[in-house]
Amino acid sequence: MRITEHPILTFEKKAKLQFVFDGNEVYGYEGDTIASALHAMGVKKLSHSIHLKRPRGFYCAIGNCASCNMIVDEKPNVRTCVTLLKEGMVVKTQLNKGDLYD
Amino acid sequence: MINKDLVIIGGGPAGLSAAKLAAESGLSSLIVERDFKLGGQLVKQTHMFFGSEKQYAKTRGIDIAKILVDDVLKYPEMVEVMTDTTVVGLYEDKVITLLHNDEYIKVQSKAIIIATGASEKVLAFPNNDLPGIYGAGAVQTLMNVNGVLPGNDVVMVGSGNIGLIVSYQLMQAGVNVKCVIEASSSIGGYKVHASKLKRLGVDILTSHSVKRANGTEALESIVISKLDENWDYIEGTEKTIEVDSLCISVGLSPLSSLLSMIGVDMKYVSSLGGLVPYIDSHHETSVKDVYVAGDVCGVEEASSAIVEGYLTGLIVASSLGFKHENYDELYRDFKAQLENLRSGPFGEKTREGLQEIARNHDVK
Repeated sequence: MRITEHPILTFEKKAKLQFVFDGNEVYGYEGDTIASALHAMGVKKLSHSIHLKRPRGFYCAIGNCASCNMIVDEKPNVRTCVTLLKEGMVVKTQLNKGDLYD
Repeated sequence: MINKDLVIIGGGPAGLSAAKLAAESGLSSLIVERDFKLGGQLVKQTHMFFGSEKQYAKTRGIDIAKILVDDVLKYPEMVEVMTDTTVVGLYEDKVITLLHNDEYIKVQSKAIIIATGASEKVLAFPNNDLPGIYGAGAVQTLMNVNGVLPGNDVVMVGSGNIGLIVSYQLMQAGVNVKCVIEASSSIGGYKVHASKLKRLGVDILTSHSVKRANGTEALESIVISKLDENWDYIEGTEKTIEVDSLCISVGLSPLSSLLSMIGVDMKYVSSLGGLVPYIDSHHETSVKDVYVAGDVCGVEEASSAIVEGYLTGLIVASSLGFKHENYDELYRDFKAQLENLRSGPFGEKTREGLQEIARNHDVK
């Protein structure tokens, strides 16, 4: 859900950015973080706790709490609340503590 | 190894203000910021500030952010900015290691100002990790920066100024705020903010807290309960509220982990938000040439962080041989502004807290 009308702020429609989320072609807008683009689509579950695999969403939005960590372009533990969305990104929900990557 | 005179960690109100005064004094600096933009938490604050004109009263936080960032960008030769950069190591010889674009960078600095700010606290209750439960400031970012709503129905936990202001801003964005709950027996924030909410028909329930959250993949409802004078739940007063979002606004704690890393003497001071460094009147920590400014040395308003930044930038520049031509006048002015911001009953806890971490110059 995106804000369309606001008494103080204006949110102009920006360029659409296509990306892949868990295998599906989806889109957000320029200026979105990965987390905000997913949130706008109604996706709140971004990650899982390492041991009990409990669903986790973002909490702090300042890149501090690690509860929004996802796999972005094969790289695990990306803080999606402070990472800008880019065209063509491949974003996956993370299920473990992350695997080594090249 | 890159050599710098001054590295400022954190590009929020304190860090930006410090860079400005250092530049005005003739000292170059490098600002390191882990977000992709400068401005810290001001970038989401759509409300107007209180205080005096010197701290931009009657100006919205989002506009103050622009002013502070522009002030620094005026000195492109003096102030270098690295965004998307996280400090991963800090050592007593003032070597700083940075992570930027998967690259590991080493910097040797003569002086360091740590202005990392604070993070929102969490509240302990069953299922408090469900998606849909956020820090109030995080929701403010989502709404006011990204233009995305957290959900349809929200309950705010905590009636301090952040809780009250963000509740109002949620309503401005079109979200239904079902109520604000407050564990204490009285409202924590300014009356003017509370009255605004009450006029809009939002109940502020004092002596109430969250007992548990329910939901499988995301938050579906919460159970709130009345509290007795010892803040224990009163049996039989539970009430279930259907919500898809819960905002937690129960205070902030200083982001002081980098200070612990270099062995700065610290103390837990609850009125300042948590673990904070001992500092002298020049904002210098127990490690020589390592200074602090803003919420990292005690959680206050952004206005105080701005003035602390100015003061610390001025002092650090002077200690490295770049004394501002109006040093004495500015020093007195900044000190007086801080004293003024901390005066009155709302500043009492801060005043007491700061006394607990005051270092005498002679100790060093």
